[in-house]
Amino acid sequence: MSYIKKPKILRDNAKRNELGMTYTDYEGSMSTLCAGCGHDAITGAIIETVFDLNIPPHRMIKLSGIGCSSKTPAYFANQSHGFNAVHGRMPSVATGAQSANSQMYYIGVSGDGDTLSIGIGQFAHAIRRNLNMLYIIENNGVYGLTKGQFSASADIGSTAKKGAPNLQTPIDPCQMAISLGATFVARSFSGDREQLVPLLKSGLMHRGFALIDVISPCVTFNDHEGSTKSYIHTREHINEAVYTDYIHPLSEIKVDYPEGSTLEVDLHNGGKVILSKAHKNYSPVNRSDAIRSVRESDDRGEILTGLLYIDESQADFIENENTIETPLNELSYQNLCPGSEKLAKLQQRYK
Amino acid sequence: MQPTNTKDPQYYHKVVDCQWGCPAHTDVPGYIRLIAQGKYTESYMLNRESNVFPGILGRVCDRPCEPVCRRVRVEDEPVAICRLKRVADDLKGDYKHLLPPVPETKNGKKIACIGAGCASLTVANDLLPLGYEIDLFESLPETGGLIRSNIPKFRLPPRVIDEEFDVIVERGVNLHLNHPIESMKNLLEEDYNAIFVGTGAPKGRELDLPGRYESDQVFVGIAWLESVAFEHIDSVGERVVIIGGGNTAMDCCRSSLRLGGKDVKVVYRGSRDRMKSSDWELEPALDEDIDLILNHSPEEYVVENGKLVGMRFAKLKWDQDDNGKLTSEKIDEIVIPCDTVILAIGQENTFPWVERDIGMEFDQWEVPVVDPVTYESTVKGVFFGGDAAFGPKNIIEAVEHGHQAAISIHKYCNTEPLTDRLDYGMNLMSAKMGLHEWSYSNDYDYDKRFEVPTVPMDSRFKDINIEVELGFEPGQFRREVERCLNCDIQTDFVANLCIECDACIDVCPVDCLMITDNADEDVLRSKIKTPAENPEQALFVSEDLPHTGRVMLKDEDVCIHCGLCAERCPTAAWDMKKFELLIPYAMDEDKQTNAMQAEAV
Repeated sequence: MSYIKKPKILRDNAKRNELGMTYTDYEGSMSTLCAGCGHDAITGAIIETVFDLNIPPHRMIKLSGIGCSSKTPAYFANQSHGFNAVHGRMPSVATGAQSANSQMYYIGVSGDGDTLSIGIGQFAHAIRRNLNMLYIIENNGVYGLTKGQFSASADIGSTAKKGAPNLQTPIDPCQMAISLGATFVARSFSGDREQLVPLLKSGLMHRGFALIDVISPCVTFNDHEGSTKSYIHTREHINEAVYTDYIHPLSEIKVDYPEGSTLEVDLHNGGKVILSKAHKNYSPVNRSDAIRSVRESDDRGEILTGLLYIDESQADFIENENTIETPLNELSYQNLCPGSEKLAKLQQRYK
Repeated sequence: MQPTNTKDPQYYHKVVDCQWGCPAHTDVPGYIRLIAQGKYTESYMLNRESNVFPGILGRVCDRPCEPVCRRVRVEDEPVAICRLKRVADDLKGDYKHLLPPVPETKNGKKIACIGAGCASLTVANDLLPLGYEIDLFESLPETGGLIRSNIPKFRLPPRVIDEEFDVIVERGVNLHLNHPIESMKNLLEEDYNAIFVGTGAPKGRELDLPGRYESDQVFVGIAWLESVAFEHIDSVGERVVIIGGGNTAMDCCRSSLRLGGKDVKVVYRGSRDRMKSSDWELEPALDEDIDLILNHSPEEYVVENGKLVGMRFAKLKWDQDDNGKLTSEKIDEIVIPCDTVILAIGQENTFPWVERDIGMEFDQWEVPVVDPVTYESTVKGVFFGGDAAFGPKNIIEAVEHGHQAAISIHKYCNTEPLTDRLDYGMNLMSAKMGLHEWSYSNDYDYDKRFEVPTVPMDSRFKDINIEVELGFEPGQFRREVERCLNCDIQTDFVANLCIECDACIDVCPVDCLMITDNADEDVLRSKIKTPAENPEQALFVSEDLPHTGRVMLKDEDVCIHCGLCAERCPTAAWDMKKFELLIPYAMDEDKQTNAMQAEAV
């Protein structure tokens, strides 16, 4: 954290996106997290993502629960909507918001505590509903805000700052999400923005629930020798399964990949996700393959990253529920509130 | 790219643009910070160490520091560096006891300094503490040289010159006023161990056109200014034409307004962007309602019955030929009626008193050949400095020449090789005071440059002695100092501490950092979030980072030294460090002084 505010200085050659906005326009308040927190790097990657995607801030909703991670929506896009929900209850708020307005970009930011402990029930059902949102887990293996107790994602044998080992089995959000039928599952690292940004873009543009589990070292409580979520451990054990690139609709950018080495997935917004496999036999469109690969690299002590699984064919929450696509605030009063007579008629059905 | 060598003092020196731009390398951010702390005497002394005459320079310095000020690359106007220097002078206390003591027992070496201007006085200032005996010769009745004779009193009051010159003279200079040196040959025969020539460029250039010598109302600018300074001239015609476009022209026109000139015109043959005058000298002249006439070339002094009645000019149209060379074409002709013409078209060195058979080499312009490092002429033991060395420059250059010549004289007198000079050194000390506390004011200040208050128009012309600029008021300078970006508080990076968390990159308000794979400079410059497009400013490249082997980049161009990178760095790989440039002076070159200091330690 820093005491002085980041000065606002506009450089002549500052990059501007198609809306004429600069990075600074997508920034938020000064972070109050510890200096060097992985979460701040993820914030930086989110800013880069929404800048590149030309997202108008007023079309974006930031949601979070409780924890260090859940503070981060305050640090980007301060012109966007936001909701800081009760601990672990962000998915239900997201569900409600999406029912009322499905035409917004939803970015949920949560942590391993908020998602995998108190919020695991809501998390599982958000996946099942296939809510159309980007759900980021800033995963550091500890409860930073309460001084570094192990969270549900801590590996067996990894130690706390003072040396006590963790004895309970970890929950891997990616394996869990794939097995629950998530339609977009990725893992990345806060210290690898080149990988993270295209994943964030693809996830935000994916129709349905997009989970990105981002290893985000806690510099204060979990960046030591016994940690398996430190900067150095992550860098040494990272193993990129699939390299992901995102091509925006109507984009002029052409990327040359050797023929046959890539797999293209068309998104509903007209964009494309281009997957180039680092591992020969890895298939990010096959659930069984994906789960097996993640498990196997887990056994080897490796952290498998990249877009692990994608399925663009599933219906999302709005389609499944057959709710209206028009945001409720755009409906006429007549349609929104059809009157007492209609209400009485409806109630009659439940008698 | 190779990793940047930040151990070389010149790397961080260049980051401090003002100090780098100053010929004497004054520690500008250092003295501005002292003003901010209310330590005016200390600020004055820090100035004095490198530029010797802070009071004079705080008013009339050519300020090469300001156009290069980092602030200009962030907003419109530089910090008012020069005027803050004057604040230190205005508010300083007694400082004589802070000067290095002059030994009572002399070292037995005698030096002759010719011309009592800034260059000679700097030589005296540097050599007196080493025990030299200095004989200072001046042809005029007062010290000061060109700054007294050529700079009008409404810009530089004589008391300021007196004070700063007297301090040096009173430390034991043998001053000989009204004592022109008529022969270098004779001087060489006297028992001086070395001679320093600081006689300036005292001759104004002539404009020999028809009618030049037919009236007594045509003057050469710098001679005229000298006559005004010594009150030999106290009036001027009502209609005055000044020919020229430099700072002398500005001094002449503004002086004319104070001596009875009503209709004063400055006529220059080229366009405004080719005028040599500094903006801060031209603007006050325009404020005082001087007529500026451009693209007019003088052709004839119009004299009727021995009386000057006007000046004929050709109106020019300028074009560029195929080689880019400027060509002019006469498109019209006018006569500007006037009573007085003052020529301000340049000045020259002149050495009629230096015999040509003493073995001194002169160049094609009849100026002695002087070594640009040692300031020695081709006659051993004769040194030149100030305008006398390389033609008309400015005061701060003259001071630096004086420092360098003093080193040479000291080496010459000790029979050491003149070129065997000390290099610049540096001190680098962390500015960290606590978790988010720095030993400097790191928050960016959005204030725009403050204007120095001046005497109102209706009362400034009554007397040529009224100083126009009043100096900053406390409410102004206390805020103006905060505009300084503290470029001397360097962002110092230690690669092996970095864990590549990207925090610094995200928090940087000017997007001047990046971590990426090493490559050629062009590639690296494009990789920074906002590309480093100013090739004149350095690109910092770190050693390979321990985790990934990538490198940290920093574009020095627009860093505002806010210290946020260091505040956000979890491992103190970035730290803010106070840089102090150690400039060697004659005293530092003195082996005896150094030995005594070593013993004391």
